[in-house]
Amino acid sequence: MATDPLTSPATATRESSQSVSRRDVLKATAVTSGLGMLPMPAVGASSTQPETAPKLKLPGPTARVVARINGRPVDVQVDTRTSLLDLLREDLKLTGAKKGCDHGQCGACTVHVDGRRVTSCLTLAAKVDGAEVLTIEGVGTKDRLHPMQQAFIDHDALQCGYCTPGQVMAAIACVKEGNAHSADSIREFMSGNLCRCGAYVGIVAAIQDAARKMGAT
Amino acid sequence: MRTFTYARPRNLADVSSALRNGARIIAGGTTLYDLMKLDIEQPSDLLDITELDDLSEIKVDRSGVTIGALARMSDVAAHDGIAKGYPMLAESLLKAASQQLRNMATVGGNLLQRTRCPYFRNGSHYPCNKRTPGSGCAAIGGLDRGHALFGGSEACIAVYPGDWAVALTALDGTVDITGPQGKRSLSVAELLRLPGDTPHLENALQPGEMITHIRVPPAPWARASTYHKIRDRESYAFALVSAAVAVDLKDGQIRNARVALGGVGTKPWRAVSAEAFLSGRPLDRNTAQEAGRLAFAEAKPGHHNGFKIELGARVVADALMISAERGSAA
Repeated sequence: MATDPLTSPATATRESSQSVSRRDVLKATAVTSGLGMLPMPAVGASSTQPETAPKLKLPGPTARVVARINGRPVDVQVDTRTSLLDLLREDLKLTGAKKGCDHGQCGACTVHVDGRRVTSCLTLAAKVDGAEVLTIEGVGTKDRLHPMQQAFIDHDALQCGYCTPGQVMAAIACVKEGNAHSADSIREFMSGNLCRCGAYVGIVAAIQDAARKMGAT
Repeated sequence: MRTFTYARPRNLADVSSALRNGARIIAGGTTLYDLMKLDIEQPSDLLDITELDDLSEIKVDRSGVTIGALARMSDVAAHDGIAKGYPMLAESLLKAASQQLRNMATVGGNLLQRTRCPYFRNGSHYPCNKRTPGSGCAAIGGLDRGHALFGGSEACIAVYPGDWAVALTALDGTVDITGPQGKRSLSVAELLRLPGDTPHLENALQPGEMITHIRVPPAPWARASTYHKIRDRESYAFALVSAAVAVDLKDGQIRNARVALGGVGTKPWRAVSAEAFLSGRPLDRNTAQEAGRLAFAEAKPGHHNGFKIELGARVVADALMISAERGSAA
């Protein structure tokens, strides 16, 4: 686990138990993916009773997805209808990306695919075959937050927090694209991420702050 | 959502044979997958063409602009030659959608995006000739604030929602098409159809055909151009009214002007009477305002969208002045 950039010493116990179960999930879902669409007992059951897994019959055509998600290899078979968001949340239990509108209108599901921000709700899971996916779970650790995560805390850039993972992923991309050079540009290039609590003032301040720090590191 | 098969062909030949068997193309998926979730689109076989080689190139030179249909909106908008030489094109992309969607959507698929008419999108409670031919149109006489002032028929008044196609229409853009009968070329104006009594047929593509490239003829004067878009909110919304405007100015006189309107037509709407009026005149605020009024002289408003006539005239006038300023700065 020492080589795992996501695992810090203080959280090793919790993180490693998560990692183990996540690996089990990946193993299990390699043959049973589409779990999220079926009224099945969740992950724990399938990881302790692997023999039940092959009996699952997916309702429609499937596609194989071999990808790297937050640096970890993933090899799953998905119902072709599955969105990247549902693959992450329901099958891989990476619940950081949120389902707001499920139609690409709110940005809460923003993740990076091959280094570019996309809405995972409008991305077919089958499309990320061969791709690198980065979610909020992969950008920092509990002890060493990404500068953007720290800036959101420092600037009170959230109230309820539901949109925050999408805001942070979009904001990191916004800085890397070179579109965080002014408050106006930040507002324009962050317009795909809605915050119904109205924390926009804090969000703009956080991005300006993090942009300076990301440039410095 | 209905079940479907998914395949990723690597070359055009594989695409053609699958299309002949009734498969549908998916590229960015920002329209198609969205409408599949609403059960409006029900393809049984999808061909993901985003990995086809050589269809993402962006080229700007003396022969104009050539863009592969699979280039992403964000990449085209950020291309230096487009941004500097054809600001109207770059702005039409940047003022559409969000950066996340622009990273996904292709400029070919963008042209074929479907209407945002709520009666079309919100399903079978409402009659919609586009969704279910022959069922009627709930928008006519209904809540038509977002509906067309140009190009409507008794069957459909749904607005074409895109921006990119409006800019391309202003600059006489064309598409290269490949299909079972070989290759052909259409202007963007010919590609997108008026609703007439067949509003479910939205474009001129035949079964098995796909767009491979988008071209814009050379226009050195297009530096003096803008895509001016007014929305209900400042960003990330469809147009209430937009104007794609370019002016070819010599010593303050207009040699040639292009004016196309978005957000108000069943397809991108070229304001030919305004263009003719502008030709040969010196450009000042009064001339620009008169051109704006002329652009909307033939508008046919419904119950709730009449405000777009005055708004639109001002959008055209402002776009002309912005373009002229860019022309004199260049």
